[in-house]
Amino acid sequence: MIEVNRTGEVWVFAEQQNGELNEVSLELLGRGRQLAEKLSVKVAVVLPGHQVGSLAEELTAYGADKIYIMDDPLLAEYQTNSYARALCELITRHKPQIVLYGATPLGRDLAPRIASTMKAGLTADCTDLQIEDFFDPSSKKTHRNLLQQIRPAFGGNIIATIVNYDRWPQMATVREGVMPMPERNGQLKAEVVTETVSITPDELPLKILDRHYGQKRVNLKASRIIVAGGAGLGSRDSFQLVWDLANALGGAPAGSRAAVDLGFIDHDYQIGQTGTTVRPALYIAVGISGAIQHTAGMSESARIVAINNDPDAPIFQIAHYGITGDFSDIIPRLIKAIRTKC
Amino acid sequence: MRYMPYDCVVLIKQVPDTKAVTSRAMNDDGTVNRAVLPAIFNPEDLNALELALWIRQNHSGTVTVITMGLPRACDVLRESLYRGADRAILITDRRAAASDTLATSYILSCAVKKLESYDLVLCGRQAIDGDTAQVGPQTAEKLGIPQLTYVEELLELNDGRITVRRGIGSGWEKVQAELPVLLTVMDSANTPRPAGARRIMKYKKARSPSELKKEDNAEEKTAALRKKGLLIEEWNLDDIKADLTWCGRNGSPTKVNRIQSVILTAGGHKKIEPTDNGLHELVHELIEDHTIG
Repeated sequence: MIEVNRTGEVWVFAEQQNGELNEVSLELLGRGRQLAEKLSVKVAVVLPGHQVGSLAEELTAYGADKIYIMDDPLLAEYQTNSYARALCELITRHKPQIVLYGATPLGRDLAPRIASTMKAGLTADCTDLQIEDFFDPSSKKTHRNLLQQIRPAFGGNIIATIVNYDRWPQMATVREGVMPMPERNGQLKAEVVTETVSITPDELPLKILDRHYGQKRVNLKASRIIVAGGAGLGSRDSFQLVWDLANALGGAPAGSRAAVDLGFIDHDYQIGQTGTTVRPALYIAVGISGAIQHTAGMSESARIVAINNDPDAPIFQIAHYGITGDFSDIIPRLIKAIRTKC
Repeated sequence: MRYMPYDCVVLIKQVPDTKAVTSRAMNDDGTVNRAVLPAIFNPEDLNALELALWIRQNHSGTVTVITMGLPRACDVLRESLYRGADRAILITDRRAAASDTLATSYILSCAVKKLESYDLVLCGRQAIDGDTAQVGPQTAEKLGIPQLTYVEELLELNDGRITVRRGIGSGWEKVQAELPVLLTVMDSANTPRPAGARRIMKYKKARSPSELKKEDNAEEKTAALRKKGLLIEEWNLDDIKADLTWCGRNGSPTKVNRIQSVILTAGGHKKIEPTDNGLHELVHELIEDHTIG
């Protein structure tokens, strides 16, 4: 652990695979920058890897003030122990006040190992981060400008706000797709710092025999418009209407967990607690009742249109527009209305 | 290939069944009434237990289950005995209350270290009450052993070396490690076996000392169960030589500032008639506010 350090930077761990940045790192950079401005400190990116220096340009354009590059052949492939060692060494050296990670399988493998070594706090799967004062009722002390780590818990039925006021850094993993992607700006400048870390071959206890990256067929997070279908569609055939409506709008099709479980659409397209979290400009929910497991993954959408034959379906409670009726009648008419643009 | 037995330790948790949150589990104000939710064996911990039992079946060795919690968590220990565990241990101590993942992993690592030997430590990938997936990796760090998280399949185990396939988001990797190692197991890894009828008959009377405490003649009953091998072992923080600095509320850097129940905001949506006119009006509004082009 490190002491409370009010002048410490805000750090974002840059996750990359084969020299390609994970989008969540850029999303974190956007929010990291806002947090850093509020604290009047710099936002820095930590980039471990081998021959990854070319990513600095991208990270600069997305708003990093500073980039710590740890280039080492032993960091070429991700292993928990070597990456944890590198991060812990750097945290001890520069004492950041906040360190953020994407809540990807890699981030969720790495961050707890670091937290354990540093004896620091870590909050998993945050959906929001804010800077606010915290009054501790037991000591009657106010801790200024703490990172408020906001996350769903208890199966998405509660929202907890977590703080860490003594054993720093304040660390959190953040879900993919919940923070808006900052705009790319090629005019920005950043300071690039080269750091050396002392990794030994002992810190590479694993032998990676094979690695396979599946082509993600769909990137729901990047879609401005999403049309999602639920169990109410009834069959894989009628689910075609969801695809048609998505096509007409230039959007992406998606499904609720129930639709995926029923085989109407593949798991890659699942929205919700156990699927992808999205916040598109427009979300059209067709035949989705609106269980909390689903709404947890889409309630932040800017506009929600619900189409359901049950006027009491909970989805209508979070919708901006509600259409009660038969989807097989409504969707073709809606497509026609879109094509003719009134 | 050298034949060798493996000692497996499975870390399990009793959790509220968060999937059972239905309208009946809601209070009038829209918040969750936790009291009505059943307490269950964390689902992915059953997959971890199954993997341990499979290893014992194919390589021999032992399966020990450990849980930390209130005495009623003995339900999941008994369930483990029904399914085939050799030994069950309850860590229970008031001073462990309000532990976050860091403190919990410290306590569990102290308990694992108290065991004579272990080759594999297994946990579910995550527990459904918090969904953090942190206790496994943090326990591995404290034990000073490698972790293999998101395990989807055990591919090979021999000569003290393990090979697994693990999920890495958009793909998978095949990875090998020397034992001892800690695994966190996904629900796709296997199908947990059901409880054995004979084992249920045998172990349904198993109790921990603190469960017996409330009954009459507690001491006699404890002695009788011990004699029959039906006394669930119980350790407190002193038994596992835990440093209290790192336990409970004091040992937990993360503090809960606020809890809000998710209440779906009522009403407020604009009704659109399912007619051509109604749908045209909707499309028009979405174009007007630049939602669609």
